Amino acid sequence: MGLLELRDISMIYGNVKALQDIQLTVRQGEWLAIMGPSGSGKTTLMNIIGCMDKATSGSIVLDGLDLSALDSKSLTAIRRDKIGLVFQQFHLIPYLTALENVMVAQYYHSLPDEQEAMAALARVGLQERARHLPSQLSGGEQQRVCIARALINYPMLILADEPTGNLDEANESIVLGIFEQLHREGHTIITVTHDPEVAELAERCIVLEHGRIADERKHKSVVREEKGA
Amino acid sequence: MTKYSMYSKMIIHALLRRRSRMIVALLAIAVGATVLSGLITIYYDVPRQMGREFRSYGANLVFIPAGSSQALAEQDIDRAAGLLPRDKVIGIAPYLYERVKVNEQPIMAAGTKFQEVKKVSPYWQIRGKWPAEKSSGVVIGQEVAEFLKVEPGQSITLAAGDGTEQKVTVEGIVRTGGNEENFVFVDLPLLQKMLKKEGQISVGQVSIMATEAELAALSKNVETQVTGVSPRLVKRVTQSEGMVLGKLQALVYLVTIIILLLTLICAATTMMAVVTERRKEIGLKKALGAENRSIILEFLGEGLALGGLGGIIGTVLGFFFAQAVSINVFGRAIDFQPFIALVAFVVSITVSGVACMIPVKIATDVEPAIVLRGE
Repeated sequence: MGLLELRDISMIYGNVKALQDIQLTVRQGEWLAIMGPSGSGKTTLMNIIGCMDKATSGSIVLDGLDLSALDSKSLTAIRRDKIGLVFQQFHLIPYLTALENVMVAQYYHSLPDEQEAMAALARVGLQERARHLPSQLSGGEQQRVCIARALINYPMLILADEPTGNLDEANESIVLGIFEQLHREGHTIITVTHDPEVAELAERCIVLEHGRIADERKHKSVVREEKGA
Repeated sequence: MTKYSMYSKMIIHALLRRRSRMIVALLAIAVGATVLSGLITIYYDVPRQMGREFRSYGANLVFIPAGSSQALAEQDIDRAAGLLPRDKVIGIAPYLYERVKVNEQPIMAAGTKFQEVKKVSPYWQIRGKWPAEKSSGVVIGQEVAEFLKVEPGQSITLAAGDGTEQKVTVEGIVRTGGNEENFVFVDLPLLQKMLKKEGQISVGQVSIMATEAELAALSKNVETQVTGVSPRLVKRVTQSEGMVLGKLQALVYLVTIIILLLTLICAATTMMAVVTERRKEIGLKKALGAENRSIILEFLGEGLALGGLGGIIGTVLGFFFAQAVSINVFGRAIDFQPFIALVAFVVSITVSGVACMIPVKIATDVEPAIVLRGE
């Protein structure tokens, strides 16, 4: 049994079937990439996995807990305690410094701890920029703050929606380096991306089309590993 | 760091680092608080100010002899005066009326204390000057002056019924448009001596700052405690005073309520705009795991902080506003009233708190998914 299990997940908005009978298992420590054209259901799937939306039908189990049976308050608690979110548009609170933005996640989770937040920023190489406001940071730096914020409460699942979508090449490389490092450390990561190069870094990639999983590819190393086993 | 200090930090930074937005909201609340505080001050000060104004229209209480007695003892008037609140009494003018003759013509003489008359009847228009106390100077009414053909500076001789004569100098001629123009006003002790009625007066006119109800209570007290004196309210003054004050206060009250409602609408609209433009931030906070309670507390905290700050600014400006109104309308300054300041401050906080309720409710309805959808 994986860390995350999706069984027969469907999402219907009026007459539109955004997701149809999705079956997906993500094991502990795996890096999964989700690809697909616009409107294929990537974001809807991320919202369901991230406990921000409830599927019309089907079940979703995270760490042995059936999320489909939970109410919105319990889903908020799951999101706070078990999931770290990284956004394409960074979404930092504009009137708080980088350090305070990280501490906000601690504040909602338990207790703000400045030293711990500073250590999280140091991990993404931003300790020198901790007292700067988001408007004083570059896009890459903002995304690294976003990653530090996602990591601060030790989530069991990191969800990243197009984490490099708004970054230049140099910053993309830095951010992907951080994700590789997190993966090596054993974090479970799900990334939505349009970029095949980003998807290439993941162990496994699923391709969504019209709300269905149209294709599934495994990283060469994984294939090699499986063959070896 | 404690949760509370992080909470305070978030509120303070949301206000300080979003200055341009918050100044608009602060202005809305401060302007409302200014008008509100000013109007409350005026509302409470109107009776005092108008009371003073009314006092320039003459006495509102008279002391007359009790029962069938024709005269009052001066010491009874002093005792009655002692029962009145000293800080509210504008003046007490005693009058001793007696018919005398001038050039064989019968004229009404009134012995009084000119210093008190000046206070009780400030509307008297004097041509010439007021006589000094304990002098033989007199003030005569315009009608009498025309009848006797005398001018200020000339002398006349007053003759009592028993033939006693007293030469006096006309110092001033009074015009009031009323009965006073038919009198000769003489220094009280001089007339008492001439008439051999030392220590006696006919009536005491009192000008006192009090409402009709207060006057009635004071009168009752005097009547009970000083047997020789029968106090009477000057109804035409006290009733019209009460009526005008009531209407004026009702008007200010109505305007205050309207301003309060406008402030509420203005603050609510501003807060709603603030919340609307921060939907993404709210969605983000919810995505990070914030519960509705946390979001409500944060927005309420911002609203109350704005209300408090706006209340302080408004209370101070409101005092100056009320001061300017008072000086321009009534010609008198007002005192700072800490209680009114406190009321205006509390009302400002309450109004901004209530104004926050609708936007805060909207805030909690924001779906966290909007941040992932990039809306």
